[in-house]
Amino acid sequence: MTPTGTALTLGGHFTYFITIFLMIGGLFILIARGNLIKKLVGLGIFQTSVYLLYIAPGKLVGGTAPILSDAFTVYSNPLPHVLILTAIVVGVATLALGLALVVRIREAYDSIEEDEILGLDAGPVRHEEAR
Amino acid sequence: MSLAQHLPALQVVVPLLAAPLTVLLRRGSLAFGVALAASWFALAAAIALWLQVGEGGTISYAIGSWPPPWGIEYRVDSLSAFVLVLVAGIAAVVLPYSRASIEDEVPPQQHYLYYTMFLLCLAGLLGITITGDAFNVFVFLEISSLATYVLIALGRDRRALMAAYQYLIMGTIGATFIVVGVGLLYLMTGTLNLADMGRRIGSVQGTRPVLAALAFLTVGISLKLALFPLHQWLPNAYTFAPSAVSAFLAATATKVAVYVLLRFYFSVFGQSQVFGQLPMQEAMLLLALAGMFVASTIAIFQADLKRLFAYSSVGQIGYIILGLSFDSVHGLTATVVHLFNHGVTKGAIFMLLGGVALVMGGTSLARIQGLGQRMPLTSFGIVLCGLSLIGVPGTVGFVSKWYLILAALERGQWWLVFLIVLSSLLAAAYVWRFVEAAYFREPRKDTGDAVAVPWSMALPAGLLVAATVWFGLDTSFTVGSAAQAAALLVGGPR
Repeated sequence: MTPTGTALTLGGHFTYFITIFLMIGGLFILIARGNLIKKLVGLGIFQTSVYLLYIAPGKLVGGTAPILSDAFTVYSNPLPHVLILTAIVVGVATLALGLALVVRIREAYDSIEEDEILGLDAGPVRHEEAR
Repeated sequence: MSLAQHLPALQVVVPLLAAPLTVLLRRGSLAFGVALAASWFALAAAIALWLQVGEGGTISYAIGSWPPPWGIEYRVDSLSAFVLVLVAGIAAVVLPYSRASIEDEVPPQQHYLYYTMFLLCLAGLLGITITGDAFNVFVFLEISSLATYVLIALGRDRRALMAAYQYLIMGTIGATFIVVGVGLLYLMTGTLNLADMGRRIGSVQGTRPVLAALAFLTVGISLKLALFPLHQWLPNAYTFAPSAVSAFLAATATKVAVYVLLRFYFSVFGQSQVFGQLPMQEAMLLLALAGMFVASTIAIFQADLKRLFAYSSVGQIGYIILGLSFDSVHGLTATVVHLFNHGVTKGAIFMLLGGVALVMGGTSLARIQGLGQRMPLTSFGIVLCGLSLIGVPGTVGFVSKWYLILAALERGQWWLVFLIVLSSLLAAAYVWRFVEAAYFREPRKDTGDAVAVPWSMALPAGLLVAATVWFGLDTSFTVGSAAQAAALLVGGPR
């Protein structure tokens, strides 16, 4: 492959590199951090990478929105955008629910560090003691 | 006639719209009425669809009259109709049960929200099963998952919150993996309709993006169905959730995930691609066996019955995946039939345990000592279901194991028959833990005053226990449907 060819491939695959970088980065934060909020941030980054995976291939250089007109011949695919709009909504809902759970966890345990919380709880299911 | 035509859409839309209605009503008993009506309607619709499919074959319903593959298609065939009946049936039984159960376990001001979440979860699970569109699967998966996280967090113990949080993290990773897989398939085939995808995938078979999609989907769905070793979220979630939630989830959520796996493997990728080009068969076989043995062994050493049976669920999922890995009609029959049988059995067990928690104030083995004297019928029911988990003839568990063993013999793998029987002995060991505590120990003096289990809880639980025995004796419905579904799956991409 010629040097320009390699450069072209790299350029063409640019969005994929970003996607993979975000995906691995998000997963890494998710695994490596014990802070419940930071975990949710990692989850958010991980989900965002997928938005890029969908949207980038839908765009053609010089393409327009699919409008039936003789003036345009190259169209971009609008469907991935619509799909990702849905996925963004799902992502927002998940993040909101996750944060709400963290608030409740903080109220119950007075901590948002995973290992501290898991250390606090040992023993039988609590509703027995409540009786 | 027009109503019957729109049944596939109503199947999902009715529970979905009843959910916000319960929020508006706010009063616990009104919300209960709406939820009950919606879930019983869902069961009636599922049975009607099952009958229609039995007579006229696959039903295809174009949402908004946009024809597939452009519009979203709802597709009911013999497999999805069978899973619909299971999900709607369990929901219709658990809902009347949950009224008295959450009275005891959930604060009164949250009761109507319980019904909202239950209906959303039901709508999501039914939607996953009925839809013929890959992206729609993801959307419904998230609807049911988000509702599930909330339901688990309703548990009284504060550990329920952590269980819900951990499930949220794991579940979202799983769902995102599924979206990545669907995205790669969409890039390669240019369609989102599952049946259309199955037809078009032939031309790009074996390319790297398609294989990557297979890998992403396998891992993502395996997380949702709690395949060993991706089951870490399950034991805590089932243990700390309210009893009614445990019963509903144990019977339906993982089973629907298995359905999604079957759908993608056999209707989209096609078995030649899944099992021919990659060593998926060996991988699935290994993970299934590991689940059967490791999870069942862990179950033996649990001190709490809910957790014990949660680990048992992970082990039983091993049997379901084992059937899938055989890649034969008999193997798939075993998978589909065990999907149903295990759903009924586990639903019954967790419902009975809800009654135990209500009367004895807990489900730990130390607390339920002498349960055989205190609650003879309940203990008997749990023992019956335990026999089904072991696979004793006369219960549904035996039917599943019979087909698994048939499939193993068909492939000439005698050692697998031996392993299946050996793992059943592990099941016998953890069921014995219950029997020993319930029948061979003196009742504790300090446990509860004699509260009776209300009828609204005893009747639904008894119904499922009866089903455990009934479908073990009369297998025409379960095995008939499962064999039909298996034949459809092996028929390859439609």
